[in-house]
Amino acid sequence: MSDRARLLLELADDELILGWRNSEWTGIAPFLEEDVAFSSIAQNEIGHARALYELAARELGTDADALAFDRTLEEYRSAPLVELRRLEWARTIARHWLYETADAVRLEALKASDDPEIAGLAAKMDREETYHRIHAEMWLDRLLAAPEGRTRLEEGLRELWPYALGVLDDELRPVFVERVRARLPFELPDVEPVPRGRHEAELEELLGEMTMVRRSAPAGARW
Amino acid sequence: MVTAAAVWEALAEIPDPEIPVISLVDLGVVKDVAVDGARVRIEFTPTFMGCPALERMQACMEDAVRDLGGEAQVDVVLDDSWSTDKITPAGREKLREAGFAPPAPRNAGRTTLVQLQAKAFRCPYCGSTETRLDNIFGPTPCRSVRYCESCRQPFEQFKTI
Repeated sequence: MSDRARLLLELADDELILGWRNSEWTGIAPFLEEDVAFSSIAQNEIGHARALYELAARELGTDADALAFDRTLEEYRSAPLVELRRLEWARTIARHWLYETADAVRLEALKASDDPEIAGLAAKMDREETYHRIHAEMWLDRLLAAPEGRTRLEEGLRELWPYALGVLDDELRPVFVERVRARLPFELPDVEPVPRGRHEAELEELLGEMTMVRRSAPAGARW
Repeated sequence: MVTAAAVWEALAEIPDPEIPVISLVDLGVVKDVAVDGARVRIEFTPTFMGCPALERMQACMEDAVRDLGGEAQVDVVLDDSWSTDKITPAGREKLREAGFAPPAPRNAGRTTLVQLQAKAFRCPYCGSTETRLDNIFGPTPCRSVRYCESCRQPFEQFKTI
């Protein structure tokens, strides 16, 4: 597999798996606005995943659905950060903000890519991601504004920090670390990143649920 | 004989599947039409990438070309050429009349929370700018929810992208 296809799959897998995790708030978020927000963010992320899989599929001679649903657990390239299942609000906001901050660094680099298809798609995604970042920043400020929110957010950020460090490669990670440190009123430790390529146990469960309908349909079924 | 003008005219009759007051041409998603005999190539730029109406739009365009006696090939262009600035002035007016506040024009910089919270958004019902942001996200990816303090009406505001 080319570096280009691998990069596209990393991005697509991150967006698909995080989109799935975000959609787990549909119907049960703490209040209606956030139910709508996380459902909408999930829809955007899965839309991005589809476009990225389509670009990869053209190169790999397959289609987006096959890439999204028919690979084995080991073939997924998602970052462990997006695989974790944390249906707890402060951790959800911690991951949301860490991911969007890292993703912004990644999109800025991709927009400057020599590959016009990747640069164009990154710019298109970035238009939508702007709203995710506004939402994540708004929630970060909201939680930081009250003692309990701050305590819980800090706990969440400390737990997820090694995972967040694994989203970007060695070249882009320092930019991300600098932005996180400049924004937070407390320190996060120097730790080793949890690298991409190994998977959290929760991913297996997620894939089982996500591919259930497709696996149960007879071969050649059309949707 | 299929002509490009006839294809554009037919596409201008196709309503957006989710907001039928506006057509696909008003929405600015048809980037180019090229006709070669009966073969019609349409370049189509998606709006929001997770929009579930995109496949329906493609199918409607194929049907419209078939009705003209042609065969359509709809190529989805995943570049960055569509933004809400591509919505035509007529399209914006149709949105407003239907109670959807049209998107604000794009600035040079990125949209910020401060901008979304500014008194720059006009209520599509009473015209007041005494409106506040209720939710950045709304019933579809393309819309936010705002509330008009003057006529006490919640309304949907197109996001600027």
